Amino acid sequence: MTDILRVENLSKYYGSVKAVDNVSFAIPEGICFGLLGPNGAGKTTTIEIMEGITAPNAGRVLFRGTPIGADFKKKVGIQFQTTALPEFITVKETLELFSAFYANPRPMDEVIRLCSLEDILQRDNQKLSGGQKQRMLLALAIIPKPEVVFLDEPTTGLDPQARRNFWDLIGRIKAEKTTVILTTHYMDEAQLLCEQVAIMDQGKIMEIDTPDALLAKHFDGVLISLPYDGCCSDALSGFDGLVMHDDSIELQTTTLDTSLKKLLAAHVDLEGLSIHKPNLEDLFIKLTGSSLRT
Amino acid sequence: MIIRQFAALFKARTMEFVRDRGTFYWNLLFPVILVLGMAFAFSGSDEKLYKIGVVGSPDASVRILGMEQMHVIHYDQAGDALEKLARHQIDFLLDFDKREFAVNEESNKGRFLRELFTAQQSAVGGTGLLTVEAFDERAVSGKATRYVDWLVPGVIGMNMMFSSLFGVGYVLVRYRKNGVLKRLKATPVHALNFVSAQAASRLVIVLLTSVFVFSGTNLLLHFVMRGSYLNLLLLTAMGILCMISLGLVFASRMRSEELAGGLLNIVTFPMLALSGVFFSLEGSPAILRTISRAFPLTHFIEAARKIMLDGAGLAQIAPNLFFLGGLTVIFLILSSALFRWE
Repeated sequence: MTDILRVENLSKYYGSVKAVDNVSFAIPEGICFGLLGPNGAGKTTTIEIMEGITAPNAGRVLFRGTPIGADFKKKVGIQFQTTALPEFITVKETLELFSAFYANPRPMDEVIRLCSLEDILQRDNQKLSGGQKQRMLLALAIIPKPEVVFLDEPTTGLDPQARRNFWDLIGRIKAEKTTVILTTHYMDEAQLLCEQVAIMDQGKIMEIDTPDALLAKHFDGVLISLPYDGCCSDALSGFDGLVMHDDSIELQTTTLDTSLKKLLAAHVDLEGLSIHKPNLEDLFIKLTGSSLRT
Repeated sequence: MIIRQFAALFKARTMEFVRDRGTFYWNLLFPVILVLGMAFAFSGSDEKLYKIGVVGSPDASVRILGMEQMHVIHYDQAGDALEKLARHQIDFLLDFDKREFAVNEESNKGRFLRELFTAQQSAVGGTGLLTVEAFDERAVSGKATRYVDWLVPGVIGMNMMFSSLFGVGYVLVRYRKNGVLKRLKATPVHALNFVSAQAASRLVIVLLTSVFVFSGTNLLLHFVMRGSYLNLLLLTAMGILCMISLGLVFASRMRSEELAGGLLNIVTFPMLALSGVFFSLEGSPAILRTISRAFPLTHFIEAARKIMLDGAGLAQIAPNLFFLGGLTVIFLILSSALFRWE
C-alpha cells in the first residue's frame, strides 16, 4: 500500500502554546486513520494543517509525494467540527450549491443515497437535528468524489443511535476505497472504524499502529477492575500489574484463575468486580495517565 | 466554472434574503411607511403664516386683518390674549376696546407685523412712506417643491445605505463567525468570486427595493420628476455599489457581530445626520458642509435631487457619479486586500 498522505515534522504554535509539536506520520491509501486524543490534544490543529486550512509554523504535508497546493481542495472532502449551514435554504439546495463548486461532482442521487438524506431533502438547514446536520455535512464532504475525507469529531454530541447510524455511513464511504481520516475522542468509535490509530496528547503523537498491535504491545491478557474504597491496600500490594485509580483498582493478568484465587485469599471484597479485554480506552488511560479529559 | 460557482452563490444568497420574511418585508415596507408618513405630516400647503389675536369688535379700517396670510383669533379677555402672545402662540394682538396693539419683542413675526401695521397706519394718516422710486412688479408662476418631493431621494438613499452596509457587511461577519466562510474556504471557490456573488445579489435586491419604494409611493404622491428615470436608476445602482463596497471593507476580517454593528453605526449615523436626508445643510456651518462632502450618501442624495427637482442630465451630476465610482474602486481594492476567510 502506498502512502496517500505523509506528515513531516509538523509544528504549530499559538503564542507560547505548542498545539502541534514536531509531529510526523504517514497514512496508507484506502484505510480509515483515527487521530485520537482528549480535547485540546492538538487533533483539530493537526487535521486542519493536513487539510490545507491552517498553515503550520514548521513542517509540511505531502499528498501522493508532493506538497499540498491549491489543487488539493478539489481532491479532498472536509467535515469541520462546527460549521453553520447557509440559512433559509433547503438540504437539496445546499447540495446543489456545493455541487456547483466542483468541475466534476458526484451525482446528486448517489450523495443522497450514501448519506441517507432522502427524508430531509426539502427541509430548511436551520431545522435539522444534530444527527441530520452531521449527515448533511458528510454529504457536502463527499460531493467532490474525494480521494481523502477528513472528519473532525463527526459524532461528538450525537445520541448513541445517531452515532451508530453515522458509523454505517462512514462504512459506506470506506467501502468505496476512499481514505478516511477521523478525529475522535470516542475510543469505541476508533476501534470499530479505524485500521490505524494515532494517539495524541499535548501536541505529540504518543503511539501509532493498528488497534490490535497497540493493544498487544501494551496489554497482556485481561483486565480485572474492582471498586476501591481505600481498604485492603496492604493486601493488594503484593500483586503485579496493579494500577490504582481514585475509586477503582485495575489488575492486568494473563492467568485469570490464579489472580482471582489470590484476591479471594487476600480477603479482598469482590463485590462489583468486572473482567474485560483491554480496549483503546484502557490504552489511552495507560498512556496519558488520566481518563479522557472530555 | 467560475460563472457556475458565481451563479450558485448568487442564487443561494438571494433565496436566503427573500425567504427571510421578516427582513424582506421590513426592507420593503419601512421606507414606504416613512415616505408616506412624512408626506402626511408635512402636507399642509396653504398654511396661514401669522396668527393675530383680536379683542373687541374689529374696525374695518385695519386692512391687515383681511389678508389671506392671516389667521384671526378672537378673545373676550385681553389678559388671555396677552398670555398667548407672551408664549408666542399668537404673533400680534389688536385690542379694539382700548385702541392699542401689542407685540412680543422676542418674536420675529411679531416685529414684522408691527412694521406692517405701523406702515399701514401711516399710509392711512396720509403721511406716505413711499418716498423712493416705485418698482415694477413681475409675475413668476410655478408649483412649490413639496417637502416630500425633496425628501424621497433622502429616504431611498438612507434605506439603500442601511440595506447595503448591513446586508453585506453584517452578514459576512456572521458567516465568518459561525463557520460558513471556513467551510467555503475548504472548497475550490475563490474568495473574490464568493464576495462578488454576495455583492451582486445585494445590488439586485437593493436596486429592486429602491424601485419598489419609489414607484409604490409615487402612485400616491406623484413626485416631481423633471429628469430621466434611466439616469436616476444608473445613479442608484452606483450609489448602492459604493455602499456595498464600503460594507465589504468592514466585513473583510471582523469576527464579532457586535463590533461590526457598532462600527457600522459609527459610519451610518454621521451620514444620516449630515448627508441631507431629512433637512438641507444649506446655511449650516462650513465645517459640517465640508465633512458631508466626504460621504457617499451626500453625493447620491444631491445628484438624485438634481435629477428629480432640477431636471439635471448626466453632465450635471457627473461630479457626483465620479465621486461614487472612485470611492467604490478604493473600497473594493481595500476590501480585497484585507479579506480573510477566517
